[in-house]
Amino acid sequence: MDFELFTNILFATLRTGTPLILIALGEMVCEKSGVLNLGQEGMVLMGAALGFIAAVVTGHAGLGIIAAILAGMMMSVLFAFLAVTLVSNQVATGLALTIFGTGLSGFLGAGYVGMAIDGIAPFPIPFLSDIPVIGKVLFSHDPLVYVSWVMFGLIFWCFRSTRLGLIIRAVGENPEAANAIGIPVMKVRYGAILFGGAMAGLAGAYLSLVYTPMWSEGMSAGRGWIALALVVFASWKAERILLGAYLFGAASILHLVLQGLGFEASPNLLAMLPYGATIIVLVIIASDAAKAKLSTPLALGRPYRPQV
Amino acid sequence: MFNITLEKRPSDSKTMSYLSPLFAVILTLISGGLLFSALGQDPFHALYTFFIAPLTDVYGWTELGVKVAPLTLCAIGLMLCFKARIWNIGAEGQFILGGLGGGYIALELLEAEGFWVLPVVLFCGALSGLLWGALTALLKTRFGANEILTTIMLNYIALNWLLYGVHGPLKDPDGFNFPESALFSDFATLPVLSDDYRLNISIFFALFAVAVVWALMSKTLLGFQIAVLGEDKAAARFAGFKEERLIWFVLLACGALAGLAGVSEVTGSVGQLNPYISPGYGYAAIIVVFLGRMHPVGIVFASMLLALTYMGGEMAQMDLALPKSLTGLFQGMLLFYLLACDLLISYRIVRKPAARAIGSSSNSAQA
Repeated sequence: MDFELFTNILFATLRTGTPLILIALGEMVCEKSGVLNLGQEGMVLMGAALGFIAAVVTGHAGLGIIAAILAGMMMSVLFAFLAVTLVSNQVATGLALTIFGTGLSGFLGAGYVGMAIDGIAPFPIPFLSDIPVIGKVLFSHDPLVYVSWVMFGLIFWCFRSTRLGLIIRAVGENPEAANAIGIPVMKVRYGAILFGGAMAGLAGAYLSLVYTPMWSEGMSAGRGWIALALVVFASWKAERILLGAYLFGAASILHLVLQGLGFEASPNLLAMLPYGATIIVLVIIASDAAKAKLSTPLALGRPYRPQV
Repeated sequence: MFNITLEKRPSDSKTMSYLSPLFAVILTLISGGLLFSALGQDPFHALYTFFIAPLTDVYGWTELGVKVAPLTLCAIGLMLCFKARIWNIGAEGQFILGGLGGGYIALELLEAEGFWVLPVVLFCGALSGLLWGALTALLKTRFGANEILTTIMLNYIALNWLLYGVHGPLKDPDGFNFPESALFSDFATLPVLSDDYRLNISIFFALFAVAVVWALMSKTLLGFQIAVLGEDKAAARFAGFKEERLIWFVLLACGALAGLAGVSEVTGSVGQLNPYISPGYGYAAIIVVFLGRMHPVGIVFASMLLALTYMGGEMAQMDLALPKSLTGLFQGMLLFYLLACDLLISYRIVRKPAARAIGSSSNSAQA
């Protein structure tokens, strides 16, 4: 394998991992507050569809990103209203959000299938991108890759050393106790769910405006679900989400690697790899059940009804 | 703030659990009407086109049956899993594997003649679905892997497997390079009820499965054990029920039923393997189970409604020039409204804030 190919593979790994990082970080914050939102896939699709539509209609990819974030947040409000305010079953509601989002995005985007746009151009960071190899791998990306790093930094810092991080964790571990010391549990959960929605929407925009600048029905291809597994795999730690997402990114672009080594394989068979890898990861997580239990937010998935 | 609040009922309301699907359908129709008028359509004409026009002749009703059969087969299997609180989302993958496995045998037996061909093909289809379900059961019982995520991953793997098949080894050599298999022989095709319609005998498979599962759940100890496992895991353990074996049973049963649905679809209305053998029946069946109140009879009626959304989507595409994906939108809305209305099963709306605390009881869901 020649050197340039190796650089390209690393570059593509980072690109492929980025949407997973965005979704998984959003879901991690949501789960830290004790809410399990299985609607990631639906929110990502809505972000991808509306982001693309807005970019086509306005001609500005930037506005597309804003529309995608708003779309993700609107979807998450639906979830929050049902799961937090109306204390519905979080698993069923999350599934409903995915089914609804898949349907709605397919409906809204139906007239935009097959259209092409320029997408968001790469933004090589001056000077840094001139460094051999590292410059290409790390600093020649589109802006959203850098955004994913900034979000990672912020969330890492938030849960490591801020009051806000403590509050979110308190709500996710023991909402009754959090309420007793005056933390507005419902508001915190709403906030965490909205943040998760915004991140999922942003990931959708990444898919339809950067990764493959086009819209097609169901284009997220299960990334929302893979991200859910990633959060558990990372035991709710931001730095491990980053690592895990890039590992998945590498698995997803294995066809590049195989081509580099001179192998030919069916693209459909290779497309199974990230899903197979997810199953293996799920088995590994489950085999260490005691440890997984230790890091799971205690009140995850448990509805909370405030005392009147 | 509003002058209303929620108050927990002393016990769940049975009436509400039957009324809730009705409310959900009404709310979906109202939202659909609003949506149609927002799109510049006459809402009544559009709703008529979507929900009534498909059923104005005998052909329409037989087409409904064509779609009810796979939906009911998948849903009745999922119902067993959901009763046991096993969140199996994998009916879609088991359906595809059933179609792929059965279809593969049908292609191997293209030259074979005799009435044994069809039963063999159907058996292999159901077996393929069962094995796909077994994979989930193994991952769940042996490794404790979360079944929601494993089944979804297995769905994507199944779809890619099918795509690999029809793009590769199973592609029709005389098919002008389309990603399709050859057409199955007449001996591997499900008989239709009447030559004028596409409705085939798979509808009887579905009704038979409904009867068997209904008897299983209401008359046998096994059914009772499944229900107890879902209601109260600790009680099931205390009573000495074998949890792992129950999990295996529901997942294998669901896999076989969804696999049978898949193989019936490819040997019935499709007649070959292609990338589109399932329009998402396995996912729509999840809505069917919730809408049908996890009851076999309810599931038959809910299957009819969901089948209608597929036909309505096609009708709206032809007559109103609206995208076919309207189907998915209506299905999603229906499930959402249903979950919201289900709140009324355990809570009631009261005018003034209740004087007493409702309590933060962890009512882990009624769905």
